[in-house]
Amino acid sequence: MMLTLVGVGEGMLREQVARTRGVGADIIIRPSGSSVIGITPPSINERLVGWALEQPHVAQATGVVIAPLGGVSTVHGVDFDEMTKMSGGFTFLEGRPFKDGQEAIIDEYYAREKKLKAGSTINMLNRDWIVSGIFRGGKLTRMMLPRKLLQDVTANTGKVSVIYVKLDDPSHTAEVIAHLKQTLTDYPIYSMDELASQFSVNSVPELKSFIGVVVTLSVLFGFLVVFLAMYTAILERTREIGILKALGAGQAYVLGILLRETILLAVIGSSMGIGMSYVTQWMIATFIPASMTQAIVYEWWWKAAAVTLGGALLGVFYPAIKAARQDALESLSYD
Amino acid sequence: MTEPIIGIRDLRKTFRSGDVDVHALRGVDLAVERGEFLAVVGPSGSGKSTLFHILGGLTPPTAGTVFIDGQDLMKMSDGDRTKLRMKSVGFVFQKYNLLPTLTVKDNIEIARDIAGMKGPLDEQFVEVLEVLGITNKMGRKPRQLSGGEQQRVAIARSIVNRPAILLADEPTGNLDTENSTAVLNLLRDLNKRLGQTILMITHNPEAAAFADRIVHMRDGQLHTA
Repeated sequence: MMLTLVGVGEGMLREQVARTRGVGADIIIRPSGSSVIGITPPSINERLVGWALEQPHVAQATGVVIAPLGGVSTVHGVDFDEMTKMSGGFTFLEGRPFKDGQEAIIDEYYAREKKLKAGSTINMLNRDWIVSGIFRGGKLTRMMLPRKLLQDVTANTGKVSVIYVKLDDPSHTAEVIAHLKQTLTDYPIYSMDELASQFSVNSVPELKSFIGVVVTLSVLFGFLVVFLAMYTAILERTREIGILKALGAGQAYVLGILLRETILLAVIGSSMGIGMSYVTQWMIATFIPASMTQAIVYEWWWKAAAVTLGGALLGVFYPAIKAARQDALESLSYD
Repeated sequence: MTEPIIGIRDLRKTFRSGDVDVHALRGVDLAVERGEFLAVVGPSGSGKSTLFHILGGLTPPTAGTVFIDGQDLMKMSDGDRTKLRMKSVGFVFQKYNLLPTLTVKDNIEIARDIAGMKGPLDEQFVEVLEVLGITNKMGRKPRQLSGGEQQRVAIARSIVNRPAILLADEPTGNLDTENSTAVLNLLRDLNKRLGQTILMITHNPEAAAFADRIVHMRDGQLHTA
C-alpha cells in the first residue's frame, strides 16, 4: 500500500516534470503570489507576453491559460502555433490540431482512459468539445483548447496563467531571470531546472502529510495484522510451545523462534509489497493512465521494509512475551 | 554401591483446586539405579503423572527431596528446571507430542538445537535410528506416519541428547497391541543397548512387565510389588 501510494504521488510529480520540460521553454513566469506548484488562475496580463519577447536573449514567449476541471484535472489553453514552435512540434496519432471552433486536442493517455477517438465529443466547462486530434503525450498537459476560446469561456479575456520563455541560448537563463525580476518584482520566475527540482514530495506539504499518514497507517496495519495473527497463532500453537518447553527450550529460545518467524513474514510481506507495486503500476497504466501515474520508488523499498518490520515487531512483542512465559505443563495439556 | 540416578524421599505435592487442597503425592520414596528400567503402575488419579511431571522438571515439588543425576530439584529455579529438561531428561508422551509442521528429521534436530548440540548425528544414534526403523522416514511429517512410527520418532527425539533419564508417560496408551509391543521392545532394547535409565508410567500391567522393576502407586504413595 505504501509503495503504491507513495509511487502514485512521486509518479504524478515526475510525470508533471516531464510534461513541463516537454514544453521546451527555459524560463517560466508565474503570477505574483502563486506557489511553485499548483493550479494557477489566469491573472497575468497577456501583454506581458509581448513585453517578455522584447527582452534580451528571449527567442520566444507564449502565454498559457490553465482552467481547473475538478480534482487535479486541468485543461490548458494554448496558442497552438506558438506551442508547436517552442516544444519542437506535436506528433498526432490521430486527427489534426484544433481550429478556432469548439475543438480540443487530447493526449494518448487521456484518449485511452476515456476511450476517445478523433471526432469524439467531450464535455468540459459545461460545453461539448469535438476532439480534433490525439497527440503523443509528454507535452504540457493532457487536454488543450485554443487559448482565446478558453480565455473567453472562463471570463479571463486578455489574461494568462503562466508565460513560458525560450531563450536564444539557455546559458543565459540566470542572467535573463535576473533581468526579468528587475521589472516583474512580484512574479515568481524560475528556470525550468529550478522548477523541476521543486516538483518533489518535500515541496508539496499536502503530499508530505499524506505520505506521513500512509506511513502511520502502514505501521498501524502492520502492528494490528501481526498482533492478531501472532496472538491467534500462539493460541493455536500453545501445545507446540509446551512441547518446545518440555524439550528444554527457555523463554529466549521461544522468543527467538517467534521473532525469526515475524522477521521472515515481514521480509516476505515486503517482497510481496514490492511485487504488488509493479502490479498496481501496470493496472494504473492500463486502466487509468491519464488520471494517475505510478512510479516504482526504489528509494522507498527499504523504508517500506523498515516500516513493515517495525510494525510487525511491535505486533509480535506482546504475543511473543506471552508465549515465552507460558507454563510448560499447562501448554502441554492444551488441546 | 553407586548413588541412584533418581533419589526421592518423602516427596509431596499439593495442588490448589479452587478452595480445596489436593494432595497428589503424599510422601513418595523411591530410588532408581543408573541403567534401570522401572515401571510405575497405578490407576488414574493415583499421582503417577504428577510424579512424572516433577521428575521431568515440569512442575516443582511441594516438599521432600528429589535428586536427579545429582541435582537437587528442590533448589532449582524455573530456569534450572528448563536446563534439567534440556540436558538430563528425555520425555516420551502418550500423545507423541511431535511438532506437526516439522519433518521427522527436524523434530529430532530441534531437540539438539535447543540443547545447543551442533554437527552430524553420532554413529551410535544413527544405529538407534535404524533399530527404531525410522531412517527412511526422516523427510516425512508426523501426519504421514502411523501412531507407532510417531512414537518411535518421539523416542528417538527423547534420547538424541543422551539424557540421564528417559521418562515415558503411557507410551503405549494410544497404540494397538502390535505397535505397543514393538515400542516396549524398543524401550527395553535401548535400556540394554545404551544403558539408558527409563522410568515408565503406565496403568497397563502387561506393559509394565517389560521393565526390570515395577512399583505400584496408589493414593499418592508408592508400594513395591
